[in-house]
Amino acid sequence: MDLQLQAQGAAPGVDARDRLGARSYLIGLAFAVPLTAASFWAATTSFVYAPAVPVLLAALAIAQMGVHVAFFLHISSAPDQTNNLLALAFGVFVTGLIVFGSMMIMAHLNHNMMSMDQLMQMQR
Amino acid sequence: MSVGEQALSAGPDVPLSLRGPAPVRVVAGFGFWLFILSDIILFAVLFATYSVLSGSTAGGPTTAELFDKKHVFLETMCLLASSVTCGFGSLAVQRTDARAMYFWMGVTFLLGVTFLTLEGREFAGMVAAGAGPSHSAFLSAFFTLVGTHGLHVSLGLVWLLIMLLQVTTLGFQPMVGRRFFAFGLFWHALDIVWIGVFTIVYLGAR
Repeated sequence: MDLQLQAQGAAPGVDARDRLGARSYLIGLAFAVPLTAASFWAATTSFVYAPAVPVLLAALAIAQMGVHVAFFLHISSAPDQTNNLLALAFGVFVTGLIVFGSMMIMAHLNHNMMSMDQLMQMQR
Repeated sequence: MSVGEQALSAGPDVPLSLRGPAPVRVVAGFGFWLFILSDIILFAVLFATYSVLSGSTAGGPTTAELFDKKHVFLETMCLLASSVTCGFGSLAVQRTDARAMYFWMGVTFLLGVTFLTLEGREFAGMVAAGAGPSHSAFLSAFFTLVGTHGLHVSLGLVWLLIMLLQVTTLGFQPMVGRRFFAFGLFWHALDIVWIGVFTIVYLGAR
């Protein structure tokens, strides 16, 4: 079966890390809990310079998503995982376009329609 | 020799162009992976909507006034723990170890129910306080985004129950194994979406 997976590519969730068995999930947990705790700490503390907090939160969230993808979903850069990784890259690309594209367009719209802004405020 | 058996007999020294189709397990897994990515794009649209509308409170409660971070931390830990127990359950399915599978998947189910209970209590509290989805664009976007995630978790729990019944009635057939495998991917993906929810919605509140 291992030979087979090498030859034909692997489904997501099936790769060398499966041989780690339960340890893969425990390693993932050991990374994910401190990252989650750090996120909640960063959001409530005054220790971090306030304007830097959103960037810190984004970094922690992306790191934790990476941990989940690697240790829970078992997606890796192994040669037999190329299909899964390419699909993931495309998904991330589209997600980025939608989220950041929408935010950018709406921010510009608000900026360009400054005189409407007060009207918008009244309608809110 | 069927096509599937031919594919199984192809070793790494057979050129790619001469190999048969990949086994069903790999094809089904990849197909479900594509579905999950399309589901994540659905969430991307809801996240974009929320980000644009989160300031439009119509004079109602703002993000900073509504959310209780301790409550959300508890929800987050429930979902994270359920992801790990689901992983242990998947390993038990691969070993065809029914007792371990029932135990870990049972724990996963209970953690999922706890998560939904906590979320339901939060929603009920907000609606009772007059901060329902009809109050402002921000609240509409909030209930749509977080509610869609909750709906996914609910459907995941129904799916898990069906899988447990299938193991009871059909046993560990390859077909049941593939479905259980797809469930595991679905459940882990929901946990990844929740990272986005608690970071952007709950911790981004100020």
